[in-house]
Amino acid sequence: MADTTDERIKEISPLRRALIRPELGGMVGTVAVFTLFALFAFDSGMFNSQGVMNWSIVSAQFMIIAVGACLLMIAGEFDLSVGSMIGFAGMMIAVFGVVLAWPMWIAILITFVICCALGALNGWIVVRTGLPSFIVTLAFLFILRGFTIYIPQTVERKTIIGGIRDAAEGDWLAPIFGGKIGQPIFQWLGDMGVIGVFERGTRAGQPVVDGIPMLIVWAIALIIFGHILLTRTRFGNWIFAAGGDAEAARNSGVPVNKVKILMFMFTAFCATVFAVCQVMEFGSAGADRGLLKEFEAIIAVVIGGALLTGGYGSVIGAALGALIFGVVQQGLFFAGVESSLFRVFLGVILLFAVILNTYIRRIITGER
Amino acid sequence: MADPIIQMKEIQKHFGSVIALAGVSVDVFPGECHCLLGDNGAGKSTFIKTMSGVHKPTSGEIVFEGQPLDFADPRDAIAAGIATVHQHLAMIPLMSVSRNFFMGNEPVRKIAGLSFFDHDYANRVTMEEMRNMGINLRGPDQAVGTLSGGERQTVAIARAVHFGAKVLILDEPTSALGVRQTANVLATIDKVRKQGIAVVFITHNVRHAMAVGDRFTVLNRGQTLGTAVRGEITPEELQDMMAGGQEMVQLEGSLGGTV
Repeated sequence: MADTTDERIKEISPLRRALIRPELGGMVGTVAVFTLFALFAFDSGMFNSQGVMNWSIVSAQFMIIAVGACLLMIAGEFDLSVGSMIGFAGMMIAVFGVVLAWPMWIAILITFVICCALGALNGWIVVRTGLPSFIVTLAFLFILRGFTIYIPQTVERKTIIGGIRDAAEGDWLAPIFGGKIGQPIFQWLGDMGVIGVFERGTRAGQPVVDGIPMLIVWAIALIIFGHILLTRTRFGNWIFAAGGDAEAARNSGVPVNKVKILMFMFTAFCATVFAVCQVMEFGSAGADRGLLKEFEAIIAVVIGGALLTGGYGSVIGAALGALIFGVVQQGLFFAGVESSLFRVFLGVILLFAVILNTYIRRIITGER
Repeated sequence: MADPIIQMKEIQKHFGSVIALAGVSVDVFPGECHCLLGDNGAGKSTFIKTMSGVHKPTSGEIVFEGQPLDFADPRDAIAAGIATVHQHLAMIPLMSVSRNFFMGNEPVRKIAGLSFFDHDYANRVTMEEMRNMGINLRGPDQAVGTLSGGERQTVAIARAVHFGAKVLILDEPTSALGVRQTANVLATIDKVRKQGIAVVFITHNVRHAMAVGDRFTVLNRGQTLGTAVRGEITPEELQDMMAGGQEMVQLEGSLGGTV
């Protein structure tokens, strides 16, 4: 610390210091949500192994797209085409892997290349034209959704293409998205009586939860990657700088355009991960997949403490936002509450989060 | 005095049919504070943007350390040692002082072959440099938004000096500041000059220029009205040159000599 202290600088209380951490809202919300459901829905099966797996999967889905949306929002941009990208990516896999009957790993890799290229195109248009990303990606929301409906109707005369699970049989890459890990551990846990086992039928003796889906592994891996990238690398500093003030960042030699385009590509990558996991799980690609996901991703990020204006936020916070999202959505179902109320809850918590974030911003920047 | 570190020779800059600079020549020596004065629209901004590589001159030559220069973009100029501190666009309020200080020049530490931002080093250097400049931070993670305007300018100047600036261009660093903060920034300029760095101080405030300037060049309507050395010119003469003489005399008359 400095040898002499400025008498005008007040010591800030630990509470205030904690308050300016972007994750705070997400942490408090997570604790609140778990406490609430533990009190009112503990006996509903929400906290047995199947219940936990149920809301974990839903939360992991939100987390995957929230990580991409979070980094992009901190870099100062939005992507409203995430939901359409999910539908489009799933349909690409079905077209390449089922209709054209290419090996599944080629279908998956080509889909990743196409979607990341579309993300780059989004970003390129935004930085080149200087238009708000809101408008540019809104255009892509419709363009991609339109293709996602048009392509299967033209080639197969239907809007859902099935048979993906059969096509992925024996493929080396597909299990990385659709498989499960940790089966022996869960079998052991079942044998030990920690988690429930099937009582009868062909699977008698097997645990009711037989492994961790790769979807959850992807979610955790992306969160760790995103968090380290943002807080522990120089590129992370560029992300903050690009979103905080693009002009000041450029003056300091930060390649702002490159950062923004890469973040659009990363968001597209996350959407594609989501899509591949989903088509592997369902065994089909549908034209309506991923509807409204872009908004759910943005809401999770905002609940996680990121500022809509960019330059401030946290991947951990966004992940907690996604967890709150998933737990509440499934928890209301377990608790037997009318599911339409979930939307009411979502709107209310979004409003609270934005107000809280604006207040926190004032504290950080000392504005009054 | 030694050779000039940077020489701007007969610089002309035209934007379409507008002649922003009509042959401006200025040279700057190491360790001097060269004040560039001029009213709004005189061409100050265009001139320093040419010097810092943002604009290419339409004609004329820039000689830096004896070599003719041809900057492709501002990054070339920064790499060569010409740093610009902009009036507003220097700092990002939401980011911490240490993240701002190393923005674009982040120190990295290799762990298992991967590069990571070296926060310990960045925090330590930031605290040291800030203390040298007379700013007491609560901590290196304090957001720049909590600093005053003068402190932000000082951080930006300290940053430029730390990263090896030989020529420091300050674009109206005092224009939005209060009296006390202005004094702090002027003191900072003085410290920097004593380290042998050439300072180009752009202002339209004659009193601020007189406080720290060694030489004064006045720009008017895209032309230099000559360079004067400290002690050879009075503030009144500078003021007149900036405003272009006559009208100012009349104005001052009506305002009772308070301008």
